[in-house]
Amino acid sequence: MELVQNFPAVSILLCLFAGIISSGLKKKAARWINTALILAEIVLNACTLGYLLETGESYVYVMGKFPAPWGNEIRAGVLEALTALFFCVIMLLSLEGGRKKLADEVEEGKTYLYYVLADLLLSSLLALVYTNDLFTAYVFVEINTIAACGLIMIRQNGRTIEAAARYMIMSLLGSGLLLMGICMLYDLTGHLLMSNIKEQVEILYASGEYKIPLLVTIALISVGLSIKSALFPFHAWLPDAYGYSTVSSAAILSSLVSKGYIFLLIKIIYRVIGFPIFYNSRIIDMLFIFGLMGMVFGSLSAIKENDVRRMIAFSSVAQIGYIYMGIGMGTQAGMSASIFHVLSHAATKSLLFIAAIGLTDVSDGSRKFRHLTGAAYRNKWAGAAFTVGALSMVGVPLFSGFISKLLFAQAAVQNEIKMLPALIVLGISTILNAIYFMKTVIRIYTPVGGNRYDTVTFKDMKSYVAMLICFIALNVILGVSSQPVTDLIEQGLAMFS
Amino acid sequence: MSKLRPQSEYEKTAAFHFFRWLSGSKDPYLGEVEMQPQKETETPVATILDRMDERQMIRDKIYDVDKNRMLKFFNKIYVASAILFCIVLVGLLLYTVSYLPRTGNPSNPDNNIVSERYIENGLQETGALNIVAGMILTYRAFDTFGETNVLFIATCCVMVLLMIDDAILKKIEAHSGDRRFEPKNDVILQGTAFILCPIIFIFGIYIILNGHLSPGGGFSGGAILGAGLILYTSAFGFRKTQRFFDEHVYKIAKITALCMYGIIGSYFYITGANGIENHIPLGLPGRILSGGIILPIDICVGLEVACTMYAFYALFRRGGL
Repeated sequence: MELVQNFPAVSILLCLFAGIISSGLKKKAARWINTALILAEIVLNACTLGYLLETGESYVYVMGKFPAPWGNEIRAGVLEALTALFFCVIMLLSLEGGRKKLADEVEEGKTYLYYVLADLLLSSLLALVYTNDLFTAYVFVEINTIAACGLIMIRQNGRTIEAAARYMIMSLLGSGLLLMGICMLYDLTGHLLMSNIKEQVEILYASGEYKIPLLVTIALISVGLSIKSALFPFHAWLPDAYGYSTVSSAAILSSLVSKGYIFLLIKIIYRVIGFPIFYNSRIIDMLFIFGLMGMVFGSLSAIKENDVRRMIAFSSVAQIGYIYMGIGMGTQAGMSASIFHVLSHAATKSLLFIAAIGLTDVSDGSRKFRHLTGAAYRNKWAGAAFTVGALSMVGVPLFSGFISKLLFAQAAVQNEIKMLPALIVLGISTILNAIYFMKTVIRIYTPVGGNRYDTVTFKDMKSYVAMLICFIALNVILGVSSQPVTDLIEQGLAMFS
Repeated sequence: MSKLRPQSEYEKTAAFHFFRWLSGSKDPYLGEVEMQPQKETETPVATILDRMDERQMIRDKIYDVDKNRMLKFFNKIYVASAILFCIVLVGLLLYTVSYLPRTGNPSNPDNNIVSERYIENGLQETGALNIVAGMILTYRAFDTFGETNVLFIATCCVMVLLMIDDAILKKIEAHSGDRRFEPKNDVILQGTAFILCPIIFIFGIYIILNGHLSPGGGFSGGAILGAGLILYTSAFGFRKTQRFFDEHVYKIAKITALCMYGIIGSYFYITGANGIENHIPLGLPGRILSGGIILPIDICVGLEVACTMYAFYALFRRGGL
């Protein structure tokens, strides 16, 4: 076995070690460990991706000396390595972009805990991406949930505590349903390892035995994971959690935590249940319908919102709807469009959160639209970055959002029955997106007389601007040269089965 | 009254104290132990009324049920549909369970090669008499490492929520002590704890060290150790506990335990995955030094669980360790 093949396992263990050691350190040291860790993760995952592209096939890595189905296993393929790499990059940018705000909003003595939580969150995301074992996935789902709660409530005021409680209740409900699904699957197949379960499920499906439990299992897992990733009717926890937590947390939660669960669902669809069986179960149509509803209702709620952070949060509901619509399409093209949108939305939404904080900071910290008038003149970089994010979300060419909408539309055309609703709702949702995002952009670029608020310049916020430029570059790269990324996604999906 | 010894020497003996206590001429606790009655925290009536008024005002404003017919209707529908939904879900799940394989049937899908190997080869491959310990700490060691980290991150979250800054904590405790809500020096509790704590600690250590031989292991033994620490603290107060277990020791113990587990685990995973022979002797099954990585991992897990239990108690009661 080559050295590179150890890297996925090493990257997960490294995160856990970093978290454990940081818990005994002061704030500064914890921060440097965190940054060094994420940089190391980026290198490790990039090496893994390079190796996988070179060999062209995925491999399993046995954690310990006992092979599957007795021991634990993780699995690395192109899609896993790509997602992990992307998650690490977004994590680094989000943490760096919100660093100054973090110092203001989190108690001095508790800042090191923030980095402990962030390290462990990253480990759980990587484990969710790389795992080849359902129970390992569940263990790291737990870590993910608790870490996300901590990230929400580390900024201590009444609203974040309430948001964290709400998030915890909904999220634990989702975990519970997922656990029930895993238990039933174990009862039916006698395995916890993904590939073994798939073999057994195929045999069960062919023989027609245990038809009802199998259907209920698929439903429980899908509903559990969609609650955790805030699909439309289960999104009640989302606006508060994203709207009031400190900005790095909001960016991480919206672009990574919910995406980790979506990736797990896609992995379960392909590697545990099997795509044809999942398709025939009709649960996929429910995902499609809820996705469509989310696209419309999420945007409508965002239009009604008078608070810019909550507006961006509600926009997430709509974007999660897009992703589930793609999954619900039931075609290979729909799935790869969804995965592309996972990446594109992660890059755009964290950019919007980070840019919005720059705008609210020059408006006396108020997030009301009334006070944001002309904010883009007071903080030019944040204004430009917000505009890029907004254009990308609406789907203007040159930015990543356009490519994902294009891919969704192309995927919709291939499916006869679902084409019409998908295209119509895609159109409606794009218009609604444009309404609330353009409204904000026009608002921040409306000149306002008098110097009520202070203006910030480049000198005051060098690292912040650097992060914004990185985000914009990421967006433009995804938007302009999308072909290599979509090729990687297709290749990765082909490796899944 | 002794005839053999002079009075002054006799007064020093245990017999003199015993008879004096028996006759009731002196209460040994009087003046020695401070007995303070529990003081109830009093909130002025005006504050309570103010709060009630405020609540009522907000409620009236938002949920004006009398004027808002729709809200009344909605509330009823909401409750009814929630109950209905739960009943349907419970019914659906029960219906599903009736289709699942019956428990204890030898031809069930879960009686397959997996459990067969655990049961038949577990002893040779892990060296542990306790099959469960062998399974969770050797075959599926990675899951258990994750599970231990769940405990660790749970403590971190409770710290985020409840930890009070040291300076503020000192200020609070300067005038009320560390037992704001409890009586001082409860003699019965202290006497019981004096006898029970050593036994509990020894029992916890026994369970941890015999995790690979008998039922138990790191998680259960650690919980017992933690319970012992909690009993000690509630009997003798935080100041006495801090003499041997303060935040510094807690951090060192926790980080050492988790890091040791991580290092042992990583060595085991990486050598195993790369097909390198690991030099962990399995030992003779049944001996205390056997079971390969199970015994050291059990000790680490035990320490971590004990620390977690105590930290939860201390954070909830005092806001600091």
